[in-house]
Amino acid sequence: MWMPEIPPFLPFFIGALFAAVTRGTLRGVIMLAVPVASALHLWMVPEGVHLQLALFDYQLTPYRVDKLSLMFGYVFHIAAFIAIVYSLHVRDTLQQVTALMYAGSGLGAVFSGDLLTLFVFWELLAFTSVFLIWARRSRRSYQAGMRYLIIQVLSGVILLIGALFHAAENGSLDFGFIGLEGIAGWLIFIAFGIKCAFPFVHNWLTDAYPEATVTGTVFLSAFTTKVAVYALARGYPGTELLVYIGATMTCFPIFFAVIENDLRRVLAYSLINQVGFMVVGVGIGTALAINGAVSHAFNDVIFKGLLFMSMGAVLHMTGRMNGSDLGGLYKTMPKTTVLCIVGAASISAFPLFSGFVSKSMVMSAALENGYDWIWLMLLFASAGVFHHAGIKIPYFAFFAHDSGIRTSDPPNNMLLAMLIAAVLCIGIGVYPAALYSLLPYDTGYNPYDATHVLAQTQLLFFSALAFAWLNLRGMYPPELHSTNLDVEWFYRRLFPVAIQSLFAATWKLDGALRQAFVTRLHQCLHYLSGIYHVPTGLLTSARPAGSMAMWVAIFLAGYLFLSFFY
Amino acid sequence: MENEKKYIFDNPDNVKRVLQILVACCVLLFALDFVIHRHVMHSWENLWGFYPVYGFVGCVILVLVAKWMRTFLMRAEDYYDEGDAEISEKPDPDEKYRAETGGNDVDA
Repeated sequence: MWMPEIPPFLPFFIGALFAAVTRGTLRGVIMLAVPVASALHLWMVPEGVHLQLALFDYQLTPYRVDKLSLMFGYVFHIAAFIAIVYSLHVRDTLQQVTALMYAGSGLGAVFSGDLLTLFVFWELLAFTSVFLIWARRSRRSYQAGMRYLIIQVLSGVILLIGALFHAAENGSLDFGFIGLEGIAGWLIFIAFGIKCAFPFVHNWLTDAYPEATVTGTVFLSAFTTKVAVYALARGYPGTELLVYIGATMTCFPIFFAVIENDLRRVLAYSLINQVGFMVVGVGIGTALAINGAVSHAFNDVIFKGLLFMSMGAVLHMTGRMNGSDLGGLYKTMPKTTVLCIVGAASISAFPLFSGFVSKSMVMSAALENGYDWIWLMLLFASAGVFHHAGIKIPYFAFFAHDSGIRTSDPPNNMLLAMLIAAVLCIGIGVYPAALYSLLPYDTGYNPYDATHVLAQTQLLFFSALAFAWLNLRGMYPPELHSTNLDVEWFYRRLFPVAIQSLFAATWKLDGALRQAFVTRLHQCLHYLSGIYHVPTGLLTSARPAGSMAMWVAIFLAGYLFLSFFY
Repeated sequence: MENEKKYIFDNPDNVKRVLQILVACCVLLFALDFVIHRHVMHSWENLWGFYPVYGFVGCVILVLVAKWMRTFLMRAEDYYDEGDAEISEKPDPDEKYRAETGGNDVDA
């Protein structure tokens, strides 16, 4: 019973439905079966299959398969499977169901062939993933989730408006190359940019991901930003602006990562850094660069997942996530330590690890196309990512000073998930041809030539030397309990404070005005009573006998007058 | 813990050994620059020791700049919670859970 027309999000949504009404082992089996069955199905789907239906005058394509979407489709299945294995011990219906729906929404987004379908899955990504943050069930995570949701929904709304403009400008909702022309192009670009964590709109990521649950962060790290990278690669390849945006994204987060204490937040910053490499690749837009961007997205999902899983294991076992509270865990979590180091080596792009075979494509493409300064920035970012993600994460969690924490390696399902990811990291690094055969273009690129391997190894080893030297000299900034200000300060501090002061000032002004009015009123009354509230005045309460006599005379005159008629 | 096991890096000699290996690798890699014939794409790559120097200097600058950034970016850990009376009054639920169970589960 094989039908190519079944879009991959369907099994996930149906699986989520079944997961919602089952429990225990059965639910675990269902959750594991969903990505496996769906991946097997997707593997046999030929390119070019698509589903079309008409809505009013517009042709919608909710399912379109080509090389670009397939690449993301494969890695999303791998990520979903690994994350589900990692979260098998979780007994929380909310998290398990929304995680499946979230993965399904990611798949729906990368296989959508028109902007309206994309919008629907774009918003579903936000609404399903926010529960993975809220599932922590603390006040902090609730607030972080709320901020996350607001920003994600905003991105979706901008996308919808952009799509409507696009339909008005081009008469079609097809999701192909868009380009920065017209209002529609810019609006959609901004919508993609928010989800892609462009500079100045990146804080939703560093704010929310570290507040999510142990397993939730693993799901989160895989889908949202990669969907945005896919969308950029589809709609804006070769847009030069992206080169500069991407290069900025690779460089600025590493400074924050060096001084950040929460190790999962360090990883969130390094996630922005890695997405920066992909954005540069999309911006250059040549076959090699797009290949680099897409394959780096593929690898990043796996090694970033592995790093988040290892830090999640530490959080799960110790209840702590700050570098200042951890250290010396290699003694009691040796397996996690080794697996974390594999992830660290992969993200740092050591030869024979997965990051190396994909990042180098973007770097080569930057040089080939004359972006010398960009190349230097990427090189700096490569050294920097090794510094904060490659060394800092394992060093402060597992080595450094002994925190005295004695625990054990995490449950077997967590270890197994990390092992699968680690094997993939090394497998892709050692045998990149398998990955390259899936790429959209055939460029005949070979990462393993002596020059390149030597250059990268030199760069990394001397970065490590710098770390060791700074540490021995006591110049390395210690891990401190702290919050570092970032752009989020504007909406988490300045904006609320400004609004509060504005309201306070308004109330004050309002109070003063009312007070002035009341005083004025009293003055008027006083003045009037001065005139009329005297014994001879109109409003006096002491009536003189003369006026009583006059009123009696008036009444009597009235009686007399009436007596003439009756 | 009286019978605490001795672990590999509890011995300072082992730490020293790791550092020595690192330095040896660096020297070796630097020397390879002169041995291996490289086909370069950019003129800077011809400079001897370009990558090692760039990696080292880049990282030192990165750390020093980040350290300097702390002087104006660093705030107390509960900076964004200030003025939120409920948070400071309520004990952290995780903390309570940890105290009760001595345990680990941070998700529920």
